[in-house]
Amino acid sequence: MSGSWPLSKRRNALLERGAIFSRVRAFFQEKGYLEVETPFRIPAPAPEANIDAIACAGWFLQTSPELCMKRMLAAGYRRIFQICRCWREGERGVRHLSEFTMLEWYRAGVDYLFLMEETEALVCAVAARPRIRYRGLDIDLATPFERITVAEAFRLYAGSTVTEALDAGLFDELMVERIEPRLGVVRPTFIYDYPPCCAALSRLKRGDATVAERFELYIGGLEIANAFSELTDAAEQRSRFEAAAAERAALGKPPYPVAEKFLAALAGMPESAGIALGLDRLVMVLLDAESIDEVVAFTTEEL
Amino acid sequence: MYTAADLRKGLKIAIDNEPYIITAFDFAKPGKGQALYRTKLKNMITGSTLDRTYRSGETFEPANLEDRKMQYLYKEDDHYCFMDNDTFEQIHINEAAMGDAKNYLIDNLPVDVLIFREKAIGVDVPNFVNLRVTQTDPWVKGDTSGSDSKPATLETGYVLRVPPFIEEGELITIDTRTGEYSTRVKG
Repeated sequence: MSGSWPLSKRRNALLERGAIFSRVRAFFQEKGYLEVETPFRIPAPAPEANIDAIACAGWFLQTSPELCMKRMLAAGYRRIFQICRCWREGERGVRHLSEFTMLEWYRAGVDYLFLMEETEALVCAVAARPRIRYRGLDIDLATPFERITVAEAFRLYAGSTVTEALDAGLFDELMVERIEPRLGVVRPTFIYDYPPCCAALSRLKRGDATVAERFELYIGGLEIANAFSELTDAAEQRSRFEAAAAERAALGKPPYPVAEKFLAALAGMPESAGIALGLDRLVMVLLDAESIDEVVAFTTEEL
Repeated sequence: MYTAADLRKGLKIAIDNEPYIITAFDFAKPGKGQALYRTKLKNMITGSTLDRTYRSGETFEPANLEDRKMQYLYKEDDHYCFMDNDTFEQIHINEAAMGDAKNYLIDNLPVDVLIFREKAIGVDVPNFVNLRVTQTDPWVKGDTSGSDSKPATLETGYVLRVPPFIEEGELITIDTRTGEYSTRVKG
């Protein structure tokens, strides 16, 4: 009895988690999305400078189901969603588990602005109440959620321009220390239009190539989701992969094989938008949990 | 030598040749950005604090501390008294330098007293310590309110949350690294 206390202590949270997952699935089924499954163990993850895959029997555990799901988009599956485990080496803290649960969905024929509205609808449907209390904040879920560009957020909260922050090598520090704590505290916030260097798989903005069509959703200062208008230019994607691979090499990180089948499929991919949402994080916000440990049955350390 | 990935609450590192202890730790990674290791550090000599954010790849030297095996004797005013197990020498450490360790001090508890330049500046207690519950409300059998923990006061005065089935007078094990209940001591 005493040995299983962490598990029994989490009973209420796990019951709520299960109910939240059911509401997520119901939301997508009602909107005509197909629930799909793609392999967890893959030969060639997308190269990203700051995301490290865990090697597994010669291949890798996925850091996201993105590449396989985009191959499905290219093959004509126009609305798909997946709830799956992802793994990222070395990520552990009160908001991170190295193995965590991702919700990703992709939709053909729309862009990131459409996805903002669909994400609003999902959060409201899953929360099933007009306001939530999280870490002492009283957060209003009335739509539309707040929208702020990355440039505006840096100007307002960090007192700098994005270019200055990037040139000084302080983009991430300012984001974590000055900007994130201000996002999603009154209402959930979409922060959007990232510099192209921070958006390896996203399309550049129509009419303003200085930014990429990427957004993130924050609730109570917590990063919940990341979305793109998807890049569908295979040549451009290949050169971005090469740049990311070079960056990884410069950091002394192991190379990945090139995802050739994904690049080949990209030529046939329709205009689309996709989003990755950390489901453990959404559960944290809805349950007012201080640590991600409170909303999972087992942490790595408890195995 | 430590890397950024080793940083955690309670780790002691050297900065400018002085010993610091990490009193708060946070792993952050803004979307698609790099990992940042945010720390609050306390200078173990002066007690002054500072906030530092580190990146992957940074390395750290352990704090250059000597530790002496001692046992806890008693508290007097705002000082805690310890005795060296070999030499029987007694030393005093003031309350401010004790940190969370003071929550776990029971008579004769073996500790490592940390010495820097011949001055005692803190103590390390064992990872697990058994302490007796001196006050907690009784568990109502069949309680289905869903309450999954309750507060309990230990013999040191430390208050923490324990499972509902723990009763007054029981001996429980505390994980001193987290300050949380670990298990019930049988018998």
